[in-house]
Amino acid sequence: MKILVCISHVPDTTSKINFTEGDTKFDTNGVQYVINPNDEFGLTRAMWFKEKQGASVDVINVGGPETEPTLRKALAIGADGAIRVNTPATDGFAVAQQLAKVVQDGGYDLVIAGRESIDYNGGMVPGMLAGLIKANFVTNCISLEVDGTNAKAVREIDGGKETVSTSLPLVIGGQKGLVEESDLRIPNMRGIMMARKKPLTVVEPIDANTETASVKFEKPAPKGAIKLIDPDNVEELVNLLHNEAKVI
Amino acid sequence: MSVLVYTESEKGTFKKVALEVASYAKTVADQMGTTVTAVTFNADDTAILGDYGVDKVLKVNDQKLETFNANAYASAIAQAAKQEGTKVIVVSSSADSKYLAPLLAIDLDAGYASNVVEAPSSTSPFTVKRTAFTNKAFNMTAINTDVKVVGVSKNAFGLKENSGSATAEDFSPSVPELGVKVESVDKVTGQVTIADAEIVVSGGRGLKGPENWGMIEELADVLGAATACSKPVSDLGWRPHGEHVGQTGKPVAANLYIAIGISGAIQHLAGINASKVKVVINTDPEAPFFKAADYGIVGDAFEVVPKLIEKLKAFKAQQ
Repeated sequence: MKILVCISHVPDTTSKINFTEGDTKFDTNGVQYVINPNDEFGLTRAMWFKEKQGASVDVINVGGPETEPTLRKALAIGADGAIRVNTPATDGFAVAQQLAKVVQDGGYDLVIAGRESIDYNGGMVPGMLAGLIKANFVTNCISLEVDGTNAKAVREIDGGKETVSTSLPLVIGGQKGLVEESDLRIPNMRGIMMARKKPLTVVEPIDANTETASVKFEKPAPKGAIKLIDPDNVEELVNLLHNEAKVI
Repeated sequence: MSVLVYTESEKGTFKKVALEVASYAKTVADQMGTTVTAVTFNADDTAILGDYGVDKVLKVNDQKLETFNANAYASAIAQAAKQEGTKVIVVSSSADSKYLAPLLAIDLDAGYASNVVEAPSSTSPFTVKRTAFTNKAFNMTAINTDVKVVGVSKNAFGLKENSGSATAEDFSPSVPELGVKVESVDKVTGQVTIADAEIVVSGGRGLKGPENWGMIEELADVLGAATACSKPVSDLGWRPHGEHVGQTGKPVAANLYIAIGISGAIQHLAGINASKVKVVINTDPEAPFFKAADYGIVGDAFEVVPKLIEKLKAFKAQQ
């Protein structure tokens, strides 16, 4: 089984979010980048398929050279090879088209992406990719087993979960649950040394059009000060929630 | 030309998000000078949709579509869009809608914007405000394609009643071969889900152990709320993963979010920030949650929560 894991290069979850150039660009100043958490769960599940079922695992990112350290980290975690499509990730559709080309040329059976990135939160790429290559698709995926060309997956739904059967080729939108937090791997020195020798192939993009464009960013309006209530007077909280906030 | 809206139902009853997206579709239709058409699956009584601005309902009744299937539903909605000559399709941010929206967008060569919180600021170019950076910012996004798919955030636009009536007609789309088949659905019944809840009561590590969740459940019960928890609590196995809210867990956009014994790490706050009113109860006045909340009590949850339950019961009894 050939697996491709899509890796988004995103600001660390603790990053302060600021914008520059008249609020049109994300301010990367002082920001640490990480593997998108939803993708990391998928990568770790892919490692299980590699170790238990002999799958090969490549990772891919669509982006500029600045994303390579994130791909190297994925290699240090255990991926066999990395691919970077050398073009900025302009919108979900453009990224999906670049990925579709690589998936078709590379003959991948299983593509694991995160359900969404934690920066743009579009939740578009895995579904659009599946639509473009006419593969089966399961998102919000919290469990995945593959046996030959058959797959069994569990999808988180509102208020519960749903077990589905499907088959390869398959695109997954993964999230926590695909593996547990405690299963995530921190690259060790040996992994980091080996990652330096693994192939990181840069491929040039195909012509792809965009469908959406980011016009401007805004930060939420600053919040008013908190109202503190005496712990001996919780009735006051009930009054405020009823009369002032009008939520009960 | 009409604006098309996918109105979700469960066992024939429309979900609140269905009425919210119908309200949104009505606003867009007014901006564009057109009408609203809804697509429903296996829902008999569609009269209520008229109260939220829907003019026409396309009713799909098909045994094969009894259980949600993203591909089949996306295909049916796309067929409806083509029949109606629709330029704008409105869906919700439910798990199901987010699943089908990208497939629908590809089917219709449409641009898609998710997590939209306001009516379009302009319909030409079609520009919407959406959340980004997990609620730490908003992004104005232009959709430049002829056909557009808009995913509306839960509880952001609200319900807008409209004194109209909806005509209904049967619609029989062709159903594609299903590549993903549902084997079983495991759904909590008789409990409010985080996705549907108006109020969410959430507990953190400050509660010291899973045995202390009785009061969280009781508080939620009094308020008709869903229960949730912070990431450490689900990682420790005190509560099921499905209750984990935050950046890597479920997003919460409730009217009222009550955080008990949760310090308010930035990842947690990002996930719950879309909630309208936030209350924090924590012993540590330095906990970051106090900077994010509207109301706070510095105190021991084990003393405050039982008192709060008692006062809320008295309040509810008066109502």
